[in-house]
Amino acid sequence: MTQEKLERVAGNGLLSRRHLLGMGLAGAGSVMTNSALGADAGLQIPSWSKVPGPGASGYGNRSSHTEYMQRMSGNPNPIYPGGGASRSPLAELQGTITPNSLHFERHHAGIPDIDPNMHKLVINGLVRQPLVFDYEDLLKYPMVSKIHFLECSGNSGSLLRPSPADGSAQSLHGLVSCAEWTGIPLSALLDEAGVDPAAQWVSAVGADAASMGRSVPIDKAMDDVLVALFQNGEPVRPEQGYPMRLFCPGWEGNISVKWLTQLKLTSESSQFRDETSKYTDTLPDRSSLQFTFPMGTKSLITSPSGQMALNRQGIYQVTGIAWSGRGSIRRVEVSADGGRSWADAEIESHQSDKALARFRIPWEWSGGSAVLQSRATDSEGNVQPTRDAVLADRGRLSTYHNHCIQSWAVNSNGGVANVYV
Amino acid sequence: MSMYKRALLFIFSVTLASIGFVSFAQDTVLKLGSPISEEQLSEFDLIAGPDGAGFPSGSGSAAQGKQVFDTRCAACHALTGEGTSGNTVLVGGDMHSEGSPLRTVGSYWPHASTLFDFIRRAMPADAPKSLTSEEVYQVTAYVLYLNGIVDQNTVINRETLIAIEMPNKDGFIDKSQVR
Repeated sequence: MTQEKLERVAGNGLLSRRHLLGMGLAGAGSVMTNSALGADAGLQIPSWSKVPGPGASGYGNRSSHTEYMQRMSGNPNPIYPGGGASRSPLAELQGTITPNSLHFERHHAGIPDIDPNMHKLVINGLVRQPLVFDYEDLLKYPMVSKIHFLECSGNSGSLLRPSPADGSAQSLHGLVSCAEWTGIPLSALLDEAGVDPAAQWVSAVGADAASMGRSVPIDKAMDDVLVALFQNGEPVRPEQGYPMRLFCPGWEGNISVKWLTQLKLTSESSQFRDETSKYTDTLPDRSSLQFTFPMGTKSLITSPSGQMALNRQGIYQVTGIAWSGRGSIRRVEVSADGGRSWADAEIESHQSDKALARFRIPWEWSGGSAVLQSRATDSEGNVQPTRDAVLADRGRLSTYHNHCIQSWAVNSNGGVANVYV
Repeated sequence: MSMYKRALLFIFSVTLASIGFVSFAQDTVLKLGSPISEEQLSEFDLIAGPDGAGFPSGSGSAAQGKQVFDTRCAACHALTGEGTSGNTVLVGGDMHSEGSPLRTVGSYWPHASTLFDFIRRAMPADAPKSLTSEEVYQVTAYVLYLNGIVDQNTVINRETLIAIEMPNKDGFIDKSQVR
């Protein structure tokens, strides 16, 4: 394998997808070679191959060598006991499913310790017959399983601030995760209660100390919304809403109300605090956008990404995640020269609607400076905008619902940093 | 198999399929919800909307609310409502000020109902739902008074609260139909 045989597809070192492992180019490995062996030492049988390890256990734990992978949370806020967020370690994760222990969190009054035998789900308001459901009864309903991303509408908001924060993929964008959610189509439960034709909204309320509420339009509620009981096969984690949460695919995370305990059908929205004072975006003319539901078409290079360091010249696998609240990801392009030239990345083919997609493209770093970007296009033709385009469109007065292109600068020392271009 | 037997089997199958379909539609759709009345939900349902639905009986004025506010709210919101951190400012602000506007109950919130609804369900943050309905009306009145929206003797109840026009009531663009 020689350098001459590498197929260059865009400026500053981007290589053809066919150079990815498993794509018919065995020689790429030789370019990427790092000496796994010491120069002189032969390979020895390791110590763990000479003693039996512990046996099976009732509940599995990860390797002690991966315990560095943690959600990143802010400092506790005495003003809002239990309030706050934690962010997924995006740069350390691969594939598209976020482990439940590392799924991002956002709480408005902490995590309630709910006894499922005491928990109730009420449907009332504009229905033929108000109903109350027990957890055990809900477990008997026919369920569906869907893989969907969940993203806080505040994710990536700091990118709209005037100067770029010294941040990582996790600190800047870690309020997005993806899981397989299993539950009951909300439409089945609403049909059982009998929806009054006058009902235009479903107000969902959680059983946390904030009794957090959000209004969901009835057409969404009858479309693809779930009452989710399982997350990646196990009961929904307490921090994700155990014993049940609403799940509104593709929409801003806050509307997927956790610890779901009430669904009230109403003719008007309830105008909760978290859909008026919060999660609304003020424009330059000082009007504010309310009920911005679908999350924008978005992508992010997770490696190399902010605060990483490239420690050798050569070929790297540029990889990241892409998602859209309006469909699936059709295309991800990557640039290594700050957006002057682009090349198509490989997208894993088993992606689903409103779920994370994983993309990859090989890139040769020759020791110079580079600006790595990714740009997603979804199945509806929506293209991820630049930061400048977002700012031109909506100004700087609010930071929710930002889906602009992320730029990672690589300097000649291999350092990677968040930059604006 | 004779034509006759085939025809008979076909008729039999179609009949079975029809019965099967009806049976599926009527018997296999679970209905495990227990009926409950709105009266039984009167303590449970805390949703108080801009149309006045869901408000409890009761009333209160800012003059009455000051004492509740000073003892239950001021630790975070300060005696004046000017707050002790960014998220706790309740008063002031102007949506048309230079730079990024300070968004408070007075300058930003479009509906007075939201104030009652939020205080009743989520405040005080260290002891949510510990205020009586009367106290929630009183504190609602006091926060509106601190913002210069009502005077200190205005009686706030279900009817007077939803009739209040907040300064930024026309400041929002509803994007809920954008998919």
